[in-house]
Amino acid sequence: MRGSGYVVRRIVFAVITIYVVLTLNFVLFRVLPGNAVTRISRVPNASPKLKHALEVQFGLDRPLWVQYGRYLDQLFHGNLGISYVNQRPVFDNLRDALQNTIPMVAIGTVLALVIGVAVGVLSAVRRGTVTDHASTNLAVLFYAFPTQFLGLMLLMMFAGVLPTAGMSDAFAINPSGWSHLVDIGKHMILPVATLVLTLYAENALIVRSAMLETLGEDFILTARAKGVPRRRIIRSYALRNAMLPTITLIALSLGSIVTGAILIEVIFSWPGIGRALYGAVLARDYPMLQGGFLVITITVVVLNLLADLLYARLDPRIRH
Amino acid sequence: MSTTVTSTIGVDTDADLGSGAWRTIRSVLRQPSTIVGLVIVGLFVLSAVLSPVIAPYSVSQSSCKVFAPPSGKHWLGCDDGGIDVLSLVLHGGGVSMIVGVFATLICMIVGAGFGILSGYFGGWVDIVLMRITDYFLVIPQIVLMIVIAAVWGPNLSHVIVVIGALMWTGTARVVRAQVMSIRERAYVRRVEALGAGHLRIIAHHIIPQVGPLLAANAVLAMTVAIFNETALAFLGLSDPTAITWGTIMEHAFDRAAAGAGAWWAIAPAGVAVALFIVGCYLIGRSIEDALNPRLRVSYLSPRSWTLRPLVGRGPEAI
Repeated sequence: MRGSGYVVRRIVFAVITIYVVLTLNFVLFRVLPGNAVTRISRVPNASPKLKHALEVQFGLDRPLWVQYGRYLDQLFHGNLGISYVNQRPVFDNLRDALQNTIPMVAIGTVLALVIGVAVGVLSAVRRGTVTDHASTNLAVLFYAFPTQFLGLMLLMMFAGVLPTAGMSDAFAINPSGWSHLVDIGKHMILPVATLVLTLYAENALIVRSAMLETLGEDFILTARAKGVPRRRIIRSYALRNAMLPTITLIALSLGSIVTGAILIEVIFSWPGIGRALYGAVLARDYPMLQGGFLVITITVVVLNLLADLLYARLDPRIRH
Repeated sequence: MSTTVTSTIGVDTDADLGSGAWRTIRSVLRQPSTIVGLVIVGLFVLSAVLSPVIAPYSVSQSSCKVFAPPSGKHWLGCDDGGIDVLSLVLHGGGVSMIVGVFATLICMIVGAGFGILSGYFGGWVDIVLMRITDYFLVIPQIVLMIVIAAVWGPNLSHVIVVIGALMWTGTARVVRAQVMSIRERAYVRRVEALGAGHLRIIAHHIIPQVGPLLAANAVLAMTVAIFNETALAFLGLSDPTAITWGTIMEHAFDRAAAGAGAWWAIAPAGVAVALFIVGCYLIGRSIEDALNPRLRVSYLSPRSWTLRPLVGRGPEAI
């Protein structure tokens, strides 16, 4: 009973958060310094006639609450506005960009998780040894390197060996299904490697500390006293429990995965959501920026909700 | 009568607290990682302060060929404008640190404020403030930073405010947890029963107690702030005229240093950021570990103690 109460509370909170994000998205582009019309027209000293025409066109002459209502109504119909830059619906732009981002980020995140857990468990189990010191210090170092620095270094190291820009070879003539896929895979190596290098370290450090904390608990001492084999203690007792805080923390860092993806996409010209956002910033394409913020935020909120629910399923103590 | 008693208790706890804080500082200083961290950060601060004197060349005038590789004259080579990279990195450090310090200050004020109020008063105050915190914790902050910075305009003070105003959630949560436990301690209850006001209790008994925790948090927040500055700068959202570690990298990337193979235009700033962050990290970790020595026990292989990672940002820190 109390368990379902927790689930309902999390879902309600996620829904409220998304509503707040929607509203913030509306407010943010209106309250920040700078007149909306000036920004839309991108002409600082536009004539009053042009200004008025723009105001009417964008409905800015209406009362604020009418604008807000219209904004929400449009959103529910999937209308995020029209990009200033390519005159396409923002929704279509974002959908195409997300389709390119998701495979790259998903592969990178999973690899970083696998490597991070392996390294973290290894150094927690061998704690105090040379292995532990080396892998922990290396992780701290990689954790400290800015993403763009790692990306650029990889780019320079492998320029000429691996493709460093874009998602596929633009000059390939009629690529067939398989060779096209191989081409995309090759293009993906460097961006994914950068993502893994920036993410694995944090995961390894989190897993290591969670493992150490679990290994310090009394049930481990009991298990040892009972003569449970070491391997079994690590796998069935410690790792299982250590994965719980790991899942939450990784869920919390989903936001930073988005950041990493933005920087990586900019460096490797990956045509994803990050680069779309970057382009929107450079071109001051506000509808794009607004839509991108909305889509990324809602994605992260939903993923966080899923992680929360997973966490509650794995650890019944959480549902308080 | 009651005032005398209050002040006696106050003196008592203050004396106790003094030795406690001193013990914390001593145990922090005993860890080798603290010393390494302090040396790294100290050297960076020193070089930033002395940069006008020790920088070998001017950062506004070209002194060698475009993308000249490192040489005896220019240890770290030159950038796209023929400006000495070593001088740039020395100058940029100071500005990066200023951004970091002020953003951290904002983060500490907001975070400590939220944490203390919500931990101290509990009830509705707690619920409202923690919902707001949860909200900021869930949204991808860097994207909001990018949006605000883009709409607001590229300016160093904007960057500071944007970074500071969006990264206080971890601090708020950690402080709240600490305040909740301090508030339940007998002497705080006693002082309250004797008629001390909320303001007095917070100022005299709560804030001094969360001091070390705030210090640890501030050092770790510094790392996040500097990181975020480089990210914003890299996306062209920092002040284009300011020289920071972030803008140095952005500049080099923008002017195709990567295509020219001029790693020396990018690497020094990146390495400087990493070293500085490692330094802060070591200090912050040591303070946190002195406050929470629980993690030194492991029943599987009780050998020695090493670094503990950044876990303080999640709910587990509570």
